[in-house]
Amino acid sequence: MRMKGLLVGAVLAATAVTPALVSSASAQDTIYVPLFSYRTGPFANSGIPIANGMADYLNMLNERDGGIGGVKLVVEECETGYNTEKGVACYESTKSKNPVVTNPYSTGITLQLIPRASVDKIPMLSMAYGLSASAVGESFPWIFNPPATYWDGLSMIIKYIADKEGGFDKLKGKTIGYIFFDGGYGREPLPLLDIFAKKYGFETKLYPVPPAEMQNQSGQWLNVRKDKPDWMIMWGWGAMNPTAVKEAARIKFPMNKFVGIWWSGGDDDARPAGDDAKGYTTLNFNGVGTNYPAIQDIIKHVVSKGKTQTQPDKVGENLYNRGVYNSVLIAEAIRNAQKITGKKAITGEDMRRGLESLTITQARWKELGLEGFGAPITAVSCKDHNGHHAAYMQQWDGKKWVKISDWISPLKDEVRPLLEAAAKDYVTKNAGWPKRTESCDKPS
Amino acid sequence: MLCVKPYGMLCKIFVVPFYEMWDLPDIFVQTLWEGLVGGTLYSLIALGFVLVFKASGVFNFAQGIMVVFAALSLVGLHSIGVPAFLALILAAGIMFVLAYSVERVVLRPLVNQPDIILFMATFGLTYFLIGLGELIFGGDPKVMITKQLYIPTGALSFDFGGGRVELQKLDITAMVVASVMVAGLAVFFSKTRIGRALRAVADSHKAALSVGISLNQIWVIVWFAAGLVALVTGIMWGARSEVSFALEIIALKALPVLILGGFTSIPGAIVGGLIIGIGEKVGEIYWGPLLGGGIESWLAYMIALAFLLFRPQGLFGEKIIERI
Amino acid sequence: MLYREAGQFKTNYRADMAVFPILQDRIGVFLILLVAFAVIPFVGSNFFLHAIMIPFLIFALATIGLNILTGYTGLLSLGTGGFMGVGAYACYKLATVFPEVHILVWVVASGFVSAAVGVVFGLPSLRIKGFYLAVATLASQFFLSWCFIRIPWLVNYNVSNAIEVPRRSLFGIAVTGPDATPQARYLVVLTVVVAMTWIASNLVRGRIGRMWMAVRDMDIAAELMGIRLLNTKLLAFAVSSFYCGVAGALLVFLYYGSAEATAFSINQSFAVLSMVIIGGLGSLVGSFMGAALIFTLPILLPHIMAALGIPIQSATAEQISFMVVGALIIFFLIVEPHGLARLWQIAKQKLRVWPYPY
Repeated sequence: MRMKGLLVGAVLAATAVTPALVSSASAQDTIYVPLFSYRTGPFANSGIPIANGMADYLNMLNERDGGIGGVKLVVEECETGYNTEKGVACYESTKSKNPVVTNPYSTGITLQLIPRASVDKIPMLSMAYGLSASAVGESFPWIFNPPATYWDGLSMIIKYIADKEGGFDKLKGKTIGYIFFDGGYGREPLPLLDIFAKKYGFETKLYPVPPAEMQNQSGQWLNVRKDKPDWMIMWGWGAMNPTAVKEAARIKFPMNKFVGIWWSGGDDDARPAGDDAKGYTTLNFNGVGTNYPAIQDIIKHVVSKGKTQTQPDKVGENLYNRGVYNSVLIAEAIRNAQKITGKKAITGEDMRRGLESLTITQARWKELGLEGFGAPITAVSCKDHNGHHAAYMQQWDGKKWVKISDWISPLKDEVRPLLEAAAKDYVTKNAGWPKRTESCDKPS
Repeated sequence: MLCVKPYGMLCKIFVVPFYEMWDLPDIFVQTLWEGLVGGTLYSLIALGFVLVFKASGVFNFAQGIMVVFAALSLVGLHSIGVPAFLALILAAGIMFVLAYSVERVVLRPLVNQPDIILFMATFGLTYFLIGLGELIFGGDPKVMITKQLYIPTGALSFDFGGGRVELQKLDITAMVVASVMVAGLAVFFSKTRIGRALRAVADSHKAALSVGISLNQIWVIVWFAAGLVALVTGIMWGARSEVSFALEIIALKALPVLILGGFTSIPGAIVGGLIIGIGEKVGEIYWGPLLGGGIESWLAYMIALAFLLFRPQGLFGEKIIERI
Repeated sequence: MLYREAGQFKTNYRADMAVFPILQDRIGVFLILLVAFAVIPFVGSNFFLHAIMIPFLIFALATIGLNILTGYTGLLSLGTGGFMGVGAYACYKLATVFPEVHILVWVVASGFVSAAVGVVFGLPSLRIKGFYLAVATLASQFFLSWCFIRIPWLVNYNVSNAIEVPRRSLFGIAVTGPDATPQARYLVVLTVVVAMTWIASNLVRGRIGRMWMAVRDMDIAAELMGIRLLNTKLLAFAVSSFYCGVAGALLVFLYYGSAEATAFSINQSFAVLSMVIIGGLGSLVGSFMGAALIFTLPILLPHIMAALGIPIQSATAEQISFMVVGALIIFFLIVEPHGLARLWQIAKQKLRVWPYPY
C-alpha cells in the first residue's frame, strides 16, 4: 500500500511539474520583470523591505497607469533565500519567459550571472552592489550598477569624515576602524581603503565578521575598545547590522562617529538598539518617509487595497524606499527603451539600450512624484554604467532616519582609475571575454 | 617596538599578547568577562543538547532552531497584544506542544533505530521548523521584549587598572539565570522521582522499561525541558542582538562545547562552555590580529579538538569501554 | 514475473561477481544510460538541464564521496562542504596557472589535492568516534571556509574575492564559461559521474571496500583480524575527499560559473549528509536517489504548487517547501530508515514475485 501511495504521489508530482521543464513562449504584449528576492533565511531582515518596495512600485504603475507606455508589466518574484543554487534555478526558470532585466540582489548570484548576461541577452541591474568593476561599460556592456559603487561609497564616507574633522589634512594620524562582512562584499573596499590610508596618512584597523558569527560580535568590538579608533566604518548586511549597532552602543563607541554603507542603514538595523543607536550614521541615496506623491500613490493603489505583502507601517522605511528606487530605475529604463526603439513590448536588448542612456533629471524626479527622492541620474553612459552619483548621510534619531548632510559626490578621480584597472584585470583573467560589439545610443 | 628582528614572529606570538594583557588589565578583564558571558550562553545551548542526548540518545540538531522558534513565539505572541508574562507562559506551552508532537510523530516510530537515523530525523525537524517559523512569524527579525520582561539593561561599570570594566546587566542576568537553571536541573535530576527516572533511562532504556518507567513520558519531559532551555537561551541571545533566523547558526557553536564537555554531562556542558567561551575570546583578542582577525569561527573547534586528542570521550564523558 | 533471475546460470565466478549479475539489471542500466546520454540532452529544456540535472549529478557524486566515508566506513563527517571547496579552489588555481592543460585533467587532479587535505583532517578519526568525530570534522569545515576567504592567492587576487571560471573547451566545444551550452556541460558532468560511479562500485565490492565495511561494523574486531585501522580509515578519508573534491570542481566549473567561499559553507555539508542518509547508508544507487530527492525537491516544489493552481507568494512557497522537505525527511526515515535504496530493493523483490504476493 505504502509503495503504491508513493508511486501515485511521484507520478502526480511529475505530471504537475512537466510544464516547468518544457520551455514555453510568453505573450508578447506584456513586459516581464522578474524580481529575485529573499524573504527567508538569515538575510531576510534586509531582503523583505527591499522586495516589498520593488514589487509595490511596479504594481502601482500597473494599477495607476496601466503599466508603462500602455504595456502591462508582469511582475514576478522568485525567492532565492540569498542562496546561489536557488538563484540559478530562478534565473533559468525566468529566462524562458523573456525577462527584460535581472535583479539578482545577492553578490554571489550577481557574480555568477555576469558572464551569462551577454550570452543570454538579458541586461542585469545590480543597483549599487555586485561587482564594482562592472561599471566599466566597455568591458561589461550588459551589466549596470548605478547610482554608485562601493568604492564611491567609501570615498564619500572618507570625504564626510574629513569634513567633520576639518579637512583631509586633519586625517593624518587618525585611526579608522573598518568592520565588515567577511566575504566578497565586505572585502571589496579594502584596496581603496589602503590607498586612502597612504594618501591621507591615517591608520586602518580591520575587524572582519565571519558569516557564521554575524550575531556574535563581542570579540570584534572588544578589539575596537582596545584599539580605540577615532572613526568606525561598517560594511554589513543582514543580521550583522543590528548586532553591530548594539555592540557599538554597548562599548559606548560615539555613535556619530560610526558610519555605515547604504546597505547598513535599514530601519530594522538601528531600531533594536533604540535610543542607544542615536547618532548612528549611514550613507543613503534614496529619500526616506512617505512624504512623496508617488509613495502616497503606492499606499492608495496598492497597499490600502491589500495587493501587497507590505505591512502598512513599513511603507516609507529606508530599505523599502530603496526597493522603490530600484524599481524607478527599472521603470525609467523601460520607458527610455520604448522611446528609443519605438516599440511597446521591449526585449532585453532594447532594455540594455534603455539602461545605457538612462537619465532622470531633477525635473523628471518631480514628474515622477518623487521630488528630491534621489540625486539626478545624469552620468550613465556607454562608457560608464554606474555614473558615480551622489549620496547623502543620514542619522538615526532614535525613531527614524534624518538627513544630516547635503548630497556628497564621490571622489570620482580616485575611484574611476581603480575601476578601470579592476575591469581590465577581470577581462584579462577571463581570457576570451567578448569585446564590446553593442552600438552606443546618444543619451536622451 | 618590543620585538627585535630575527625573533619577530616568535615574539609576536609568545611575548606581545602577554605584554598587552599586563599593560591594559582593564581590557584583559573585560575580555575574560565577555568570554565568560559568551561561554555561559554556549553552555545554555549545549545544555539543551545534553538533556535530550542523555535521556533519548538523540543528537538533537534541532536545538538551534528551537531557540529561534521559542523566542519568536514569545515575541510574536507579545506583538499581537498578549501581556509579556502571559506570552512567556504561552511560549513555554508552545514548547510543550512541540515536545509532545516530536515524541508522538518523530521519536515513537523511530524507536530503536541507529543514532544517525535519529540525528537525521532532527535534521528534518529543523527544516520543518524553519519553514513553519517563517510562515507564521515572517522572516523579518524581531526585537526582544526586554523591558516588558523586566530584564535589566544598561551596565555596571567600575574603574580597574587605569581603565574601565563594564558589566552589562543583561549579561549578569544571563549568568544568574543560567546558574539557577543548572542548579534547578541538578536538583530535579537528583531529588525528584521523574529526575531519577530520567537518569535510569539515560543509563539503560531496557532496564528502565523493565522497572515500569514510561519511555514516552520521559521523552516528552526531556524535550520539554530542552524547549524551556531553548526559550531562555532565545531570550538571552535575542536581547543581545535580535530574534532572527540567523541565530540558528550560533547554535552550532554549542557543538565544540559538547565534544569538550562530553555529550552526556551537564557539568561538562557548563565547564566546556566556559573554556570555549574564554578560550576563543582571549584567542581572538590577543592572537587573532596576527591572522587578520575573525578566527573565532574555527578556534573553538580547534580548542575542542586539541582536548579530544587526549580525552576522546570529552572532559566529563563516560569512559568508552569497547568489547568484542 | 517481470524481474526474475531464474534460468540465468552463472558458470564461472567472474559472472557471479559481476556488478549486475542479473540480465534485467543490465538491460535496465543500459536503458538508463541510453536515456541519460542520448535522450535527455535533446529533449530536456535548459531549465531542466541546467538547474536540475547538472547539479543533481554533481551532488550525487559528492554524496557517493560522503557515502564511502560514512556509509561504508562508518565515519561520520560534517566537513564535506570544505572538501568540495578544496577541490574547487585547487581546480581554479591549476586551471589558471596552467591554462594549456586540459580542464578535465585539472578536475581530476584537484580531486587529489582534496584527498591530501582530507587525509590531514582524517587523522583524528583514529582516536575519535561517532558524533565526536562528526563535530571534529566541523573544525575542518570552518577552518577551510576561513582559508577560502582569507587567502587571496587562492582566487588569484580577484577584487571580487570569488572564483571566476575561465572559458575552456573540449574538442572545440565550450564546456565551461558562459558560452557552454547546457547540453555540453551536462554531457561532460554525466560522463565524469558515470565513470567515477563505476570506479566506486568496483572499489566498494573489492578488498578495499570489504576492509572499510569491516571497520564500519566494528573497528576493534577488524583490527584483530589484521586490518590496519589507520591506513584503512585514512584511505577512506582520501577516497571520499577525492570524490567530494571532484564534485566541488565540477560544481564551480560546470554549474555555478563563479563562486564565493559561502558556496562551500556548512549548509552544503549538511545537505550532502542528508542526501546520504535519505538515500541509504552504504548504497551507490541510494546516493543518486538521495541527491535527487533532497536537491530537486526544493527546486521543483514551487513549480509543483504553481502547476497545481495553488496561488501563493514565492516566499510562502519557499517556506512551505522547507516544511515539506523537512516532513518528507522524517516521513522517509519512518517508512524506511535504511533509505530510499532499501525501498528500491523492496520494490525489486515485489517485482520478482509479481503477480503473487510471496
